Amino acid sequence: MAFLDKHKAIETHATLLMVLSLLVVTIGGIVQIVPLFYLENTIEKVEGMRPYTPLELAGQQVYMREGCYGCHSQMIRPMRDEVERYGHYSLAAESMYDRPFLWGSKRTGPDLARVGGRYSDEWHQDHFTNAKSVVPESVMPPYGFLANNIIDGKYIQDVVATHRMTGVPYSDEMVENALADFTAQADPLGDASGLEERYGEAAFGNPVNVRNFDGQPELTEMDALIAYMQVLGTMVDFSTFTPVANR
Amino acid sequence: MWDYLKLAGLGLVAVCAAIAANYAHDLAYQVNALTVMLAAGIAFLWVLRGAGDPKPNLQHEYFDGVVRAGAIATAFWGAVGFLVGVVIALQLAFPQLNFEFLQGYGNFGRLRPLHTSAVIFAFGGNALIMSSFYIVQRTSAARLFGGNLGWFVFWGWQLVIVLAATGYVLGATQSKEYAEPVWYVDILITVVWVAFLIAFMGTLLKRKEPHIYVANWFLLSMILTVAMLHLVNNAAIPVSIFGSAQVQLYSGVQDAMVQWWYGHNAVGFFLTAGFLGMMYYFVPKQVERPVFSYKLSIIHFWALIFLYIWAGPHHLHYTALPDWASTLGMVFSVILWMPSWGGMINGLMTLSGAWDKLRTDPIIRMMVVSIGFYGMSTFEGPMMSIKAVNSLSHYTDWTIGHVHSGALGWNGMITFGVLYYLVPRLWNREGLYSLKLVSWHFWLATIGIVLYASAMWVTGIMEGLMWREVDANGFLVNAFADTVAAKFPMYVVRALGGLLFLTGALIMCWNLWMTVRAQPVKASQHSAVPAE
Repeated sequence: MAFLDKHKAIETHATLLMVLSLLVVTIGGIVQIVPLFYLENTIEKVEGMRPYTPLELAGQQVYMREGCYGCHSQMIRPMRDEVERYGHYSLAAESMYDRPFLWGSKRTGPDLARVGGRYSDEWHQDHFTNAKSVVPESVMPPYGFLANNIIDGKYIQDVVATHRMTGVPYSDEMVENALADFTAQADPLGDASGLEERYGEAAFGNPVNVRNFDGQPELTEMDALIAYMQVLGTMVDFSTFTPVANR
Repeated sequence: MWDYLKLAGLGLVAVCAAIAANYAHDLAYQVNALTVMLAAGIAFLWVLRGAGDPKPNLQHEYFDGVVRAGAIATAFWGAVGFLVGVVIALQLAFPQLNFEFLQGYGNFGRLRPLHTSAVIFAFGGNALIMSSFYIVQRTSAARLFGGNLGWFVFWGWQLVIVLAATGYVLGATQSKEYAEPVWYVDILITVVWVAFLIAFMGTLLKRKEPHIYVANWFLLSMILTVAMLHLVNNAAIPVSIFGSAQVQLYSGVQDAMVQWWYGHNAVGFFLTAGFLGMMYYFVPKQVERPVFSYKLSIIHFWALIFLYIWAGPHHLHYTALPDWASTLGMVFSVILWMPSWGGMINGLMTLSGAWDKLRTDPIIRMMVVSIGFYGMSTFEGPMMSIKAVNSLSHYTDWTIGHVHSGALGWNGMITFGVLYYLVPRLWNREGLYSLKLVSWHFWLATIGIVLYASAMWVTGIMEGLMWREVDANGFLVNAFADTVAAKFPMYVVRALGGLLFLTGALIMCWNLWMTVRAQPVKASQHSAVPAE
């Protein structure tokens, strides 16, 4: 094994060992990760995907903070049972505005990629407060406290602006009106025309859900979380979608 | 002079942290800032008390104080991590334990990252730092490089743990699995890790032994790779420097790929390469035999570090990740089986000619079972990475079982073995307090793991089959809620397994404590002797 004898050079030079092992461990990542940023067909072009509204974004922050991704996936695989149970398989485009991605890795609870519009707001209120009241077998923890956490959107503009900085296509008006849009979405009596104009049917093909999500007068984290739940998986228009075979 | 620079730096950190706490946007950030302020304040007082004192020259001695502290921290965080694990296992079986009055702070979703981080980064991390410092000094016949740098690494790492843990409970997370700490904790991790690299590499560079021992190859590649993974995966922009919120630099499918490139190699390098370094030093030491094959260790090392990094996409089979990437991940995962078993064979066969010691030495028994579990989970892993198997196993408890047979069986058992080896030596004691208690620990832990893993195989495969079951007309047979209800008995068994494992670890803590307290002192031999 004369070849292995040459290994002595590496074993006796710490810097050489360091440089070589660093080179060896970088290759796999470069091959697998870098092309994903360049290959055109990584993310299919679809109609309807829009950035989250400020309130939905706040709901997503609650979803992340509470660790929901630990038990719920947001990634429907193309198997028969999954499509049957949860709906059309998830497209790469559908999580293009998720920073970070929230695909999850475990289904202690069901997949949520298409939970939007599947249940009423009242169902969600009951379910978050006491999951067993609507699903007796459920092992989900109680989230009733979210309805007591009043939010004022003090930093929501910063959140939207930071998302834009990373590349989410929020327009100048979207950033400027972040706070107004944030409060308008949960106030059915207010003026939501600006919100609708920026995120709604004219711009992206689907109207924005504007209503009092938690059924209380105050704007709470429950409003934000339900607004986020109700938009999940509802943006893409599958009547116009054609899958690409070579992905 | 150096002392005064340190004082100025610590004072500055304390003041900045106080200002940050004052402007905090959220509770988690505020508590974290106050913790940093407190830590910097204590360090300030500590340095102040010793400022200007003459520094004794200790170059002829090993720097073992930090290894002793590491041993205590490893045992402590291990017990904490296992305890939180038992709590959340019980929460899944009995959801009433998610107490309403805790207002979410004690819910499963917030405690789960606490458990995973406590076990991987607090227990595993301290075990790695401690044994790296011990091994690199012994095999280089040199004192740890960098004066008190070792202490900075140790205390910096404890601060990281405390900040991350309190952050999770109070709601600061970036919601990437096994990389939950938020941006400012990530920065602290980077600083501490670079200090770790400098201390380790510096010691290697000033070694008195011409050869770098194989354990150090693995430890060095672990330190380097974890640094690379950490920096790339945690790239994010903070929403404000006074808040814990941040936005990831990558999104969707790219972020998923980066995350599992990180996630799988946190397993591959943190929990495998680093712990293999421990195996390559401590198993031959305890068995008093040389490593089985030098050539195998060369092949094992290069093949393992090259192949592991490719395996990440097997976490994303059938998702929106392009097919080519997940197929690549599957192929490399299957190939990875070979170097993994090469390492297992090298570890196990080190016992050649000393197998009889298994009967008399429960520490060797622990190490051997640990290598056995390593072999088992590195067979199970490649199997689960095959797409057809993964279509059933993904999203189920099977994955959880797989992770735990690796973490409890391999990482846990080898660390226990190392602690039993190290504590009498570090404190100069005549052997352990009780070998009988080690046997008790061994059996409790082993039975615990077997209960845990088999419960998860049963629930995992069961729920996978129930989800996909269709009747003759093509309708789904089970509602999702049916599968949740069906898993209850196995969740109880799992919690019981965890409880046994925790009990074993507590017995170990008692045994180690009594070793230090009650065992007679051995004649000292701390000086840096030629490589051992």
